[in-house]
Amino acid sequence: MNVRQILAKKGINVITIRPDRQIREAVTLMSRHHIGALVVVNSDGNPVGIISERDIVRRAAEDEALFGLEVQDIMTSDLVIGVPQDDISSVAQTMTKKRFRHLPIVENGDLVGIISIGDILKAERDQYLGEIDTLETKIQAESSQPE
Amino acid sequence: MSQVGTEASPLRVAVVGAGPTGFYTTDYLLKQDRLIVEVDMFERLPTPFGLVRYGVAPDHQKIKSVTKVYDRIAQNPRFRFFGNVELGKQISLADLRNHYHQIIFTTGAQSDRRLGIPGEDLEGSVPATEFVAWYNGHPDYRDYQVDLSCEHVVVIGVGNVAMDVARILCRTPEELAVTDIADYALEALTASKVKHVTIVGRRGPAQAAFTTPEIKELGELADTEAIVLADEAELDPLSQSALASGSDRSTAKKVEIIQSYVERKPTEKSRTLTLRFLVSPIELIGDETGRVAAVRLAKNELYATDAGSLRSRQTDEVETVPAGLVFRSIGYRGIPLEGVPFYENWGVILNKEGRVIDPNSQTAVIGEYTAGWIKRGPSGIIGTNKPDALETVTHMLADAEAGATLNPSDACADTAAAFVAQRQPRFISYDDWLKLDEMELSRGEAQGRPRVKFTSVEEMLAAIGK
Repeated sequence: MNVRQILAKKGINVITIRPDRQIREAVTLMSRHHIGALVVVNSDGNPVGIISERDIVRRAAEDEALFGLEVQDIMTSDLVIGVPQDDISSVAQTMTKKRFRHLPIVENGDLVGIISIGDILKAERDQYLGEIDTLETKIQAESSQPE
Repeated sequence: MSQVGTEASPLRVAVVGAGPTGFYTTDYLLKQDRLIVEVDMFERLPTPFGLVRYGVAPDHQKIKSVTKVYDRIAQNPRFRFFGNVELGKQISLADLRNHYHQIIFTTGAQSDRRLGIPGEDLEGSVPATEFVAWYNGHPDYRDYQVDLSCEHVVVIGVGNVAMDVARILCRTPEELAVTDIADYALEALTASKVKHVTIVGRRGPAQAAFTTPEIKELGELADTEAIVLADEAELDPLSQSALASGSDRSTAKKVEIIQSYVERKPTEKSRTLTLRFLVSPIELIGDETGRVAAVRLAKNELYATDAGSLRSRQTDEVETVPAGLVFRSIGYRGIPLEGVPFYENWGVILNKEGRVIDPNSQTAVIGEYTAGWIKRGPSGIIGTNKPDALETVTHMLADAEAGATLNPSDACADTAAAFVAQRQPRFISYDDWLKLDEMELSRGEAQGRPRVKFTSVEEMLAAIGK
């Protein structure tokens, strides 16, 4: 299973923010869209960073005036970017190992989506549920028609 | 508009496509108790079950028994089946909007992805999906011609479809005779001259998409030896460390089975089935008549992407292998439905968790939904469509409760049925299908086979007197 199968049912509208916008705006966007991270894009639409709930909380702990700061002041610019063909199991391993929870996905130069660790958990759960169901079907078939 | 979903005004849903997802969707819609729902299912073929009937290999009958679950779902009095009725042909999207509050597209992925290499369109280079449909007796493919007079066949891809095709080519007539394979396919495969089948995958054993039972099955064929080349079975350092770091026991098991085929040598068995890894086709080479004669393969190496998955890239090392027939099996692909937003890059209906999305406004199209392969692309196995259907149905029910449905001019079950009968007098009901099913089973019983399928629409209609 690859990233494309998760993205295919997330629409292609990625919520992004520009680096010079205020944290206040980032928080509003995250809240409105029920998401935990925003991809930061430059004027050409290219990803230059990511800002997550975790970045904001970490800064808030030491700076109560953070709402007026700019996104670029606290975003993570050391960005890992994925492609739709990336295997979900590999992405899960990389997220765990490198301790990040959101992966922007770029296809042919365009930002086409963002995958969260929650998306991956859900995809893996659905895959297991499907496998269990199919195994049950096979077992029932075996018990009803012994060969 | 008055509240829909009540006894007086049931929520009327059209399900387009009678594959597993169509049935799981129906099941979730009918077994909840928040709203009263009526489901009409439309299917362009006379028969239900989609790829369970026409995709799952005939030698995998146990999986096909999942249709018993669908039969139970179909017994619900609030469910009706309209087979032999095609959206875009006898009925239009506008017609459905006139008669239903909600429409859900579960049409699956019906076409194949292309390789994009020179020679792909030579005679003898065919999509594996067509061959699969042919041996399974799909009415659209019964007249399909496949030339099995060559000795060497190459199957490109290492997914489950590639495995099925290779296995069917390697089965003996005796092994096939106890399946529900189409009669004409059994005849053609009995006369087959194919001796060597090669499956080629661009990545290594640890990345192959096929499942452990399928690779195991290849080693148990009656008259075919499964072979893997020693240097290709060896895991590269990147795959080794990925396997060592993860707790991926199923991949480890799969690799172990693949490696157990290395020791095997061609024996007295009449056929060989060779699994190749880390090679990509770069060109199909034709003979003087324009028919495929060989495949040029480039050796690949693996590299890790930023996100950690292992991808393949070609090296300069090239080899040529003989092939009188090439099956392209690098994946199914959805085809667009007229008037329904489609995301061409991925071959899916544009959607957000199953709600169809308008590409311009990026908002949900009221009353239109999708589930299954046409929603997420071809991935997973039959059961994977269950949680997928549930996700969409959850939104359908929430939207209906919020009053966000279509506003049909005539939301009456009887007039909908009359309308369909007028557009397609030869529609097939579920009872009609059960009669066909019974006939197929008894024809099978007479020959000691699970079933003998009707393979043409006319034959099916004649059998039930339509």
